[in-house]
Amino acid sequence: MPVRLTNTGDCVMAAISGDVDHHSLPRIRAEIDAVIDHSAPKWLVLDFSAVTFMDSSGIGLILGRMRLLEGIGGKIAVTGAVGYPERIIKLAGLGSLLQKTPGAIAGRQKEGVTSETA
Amino acid sequence: MKQRELNRFRLTIPSRSQNESFARTAVSAFAARLDPTLDELSDIKAAVSEAVTNSIVHGYPDTIGEIEIICRILTYDGAECILYIRIRDKGVGISDIPLAMTPMYTSAPEGERAGLGFAVMQSFMDGVKVRSAAGKGTSVTMTKKLTPRD
Repeated sequence: MPVRLTNTGDCVMAAISGDVDHHSLPRIRAEIDAVIDHSAPKWLVLDFSAVTFMDSSGIGLILGRMRLLEGIGGKIAVTGAVGYPERIIKLAGLGSLLQKTPGAIAGRQKEGVTSETA
Repeated sequence: MKQRELNRFRLTIPSRSQNESFARTAVSAFAARLDPTLDELSDIKAAVSEAVTNSIVHGYPDTIGEIEIICRILTYDGAECILYIRIRDKGVGISDIPLAMTPMYTSAPEGERAGLGFAVMQSFMDGVKVRSAAGKGTSVTMTKKLTPRD
């Protein structure tokens, strides 16, 4: 399974594994979008820590989910992107979405903090 | 400066998306002989992935066509090595190359393409040249300097 999903109601964590490219994208996207459609979460956290390769298809994945979440009043964060995925995300100007740990987002959510991600 | 070719390969693949990982892995295995750093290998894999994906998505939007990959290792005076990669299709071609290379521009937004393929190639490789003719196809030539490590 390329995506491991954890749904806590307000927050959906999607841990992506393997290669993220144009070939693998449709399946990853379909799995994540099915949960978003079902739960309409306030947060979607994309965890890239088990991603072995990523090209600009991964940016398309982030931008597309960002639009989807905006449409339902939710927000997106990206975690676990170190090394290569991090470089591509920063190249795309999406560095502000990067979070160091998934816990930071869960914590914010508990405290009811809904401000912009750092 | 005297140029000498140390090695080369030529590969043709049908434009099926499952060949994206095969193409970048083949080029990366070929380049491994130069003992590149992990970052350099990742750069090469991403650039190849972008060029091959462009041929699949844009070159052959409605058909399966042939993609040719030529890779060469060149050396200058025996010191610096250049990895030369040419990825060519005989697809629909690009009518406006500067527009196609503009970051965030994509002709296929419905497919959630980010429009960053050429930006990735240009950022992670040392040289990128694009030649294209409408109806005849597109050729992307990329080079990367690699210093052999002892």
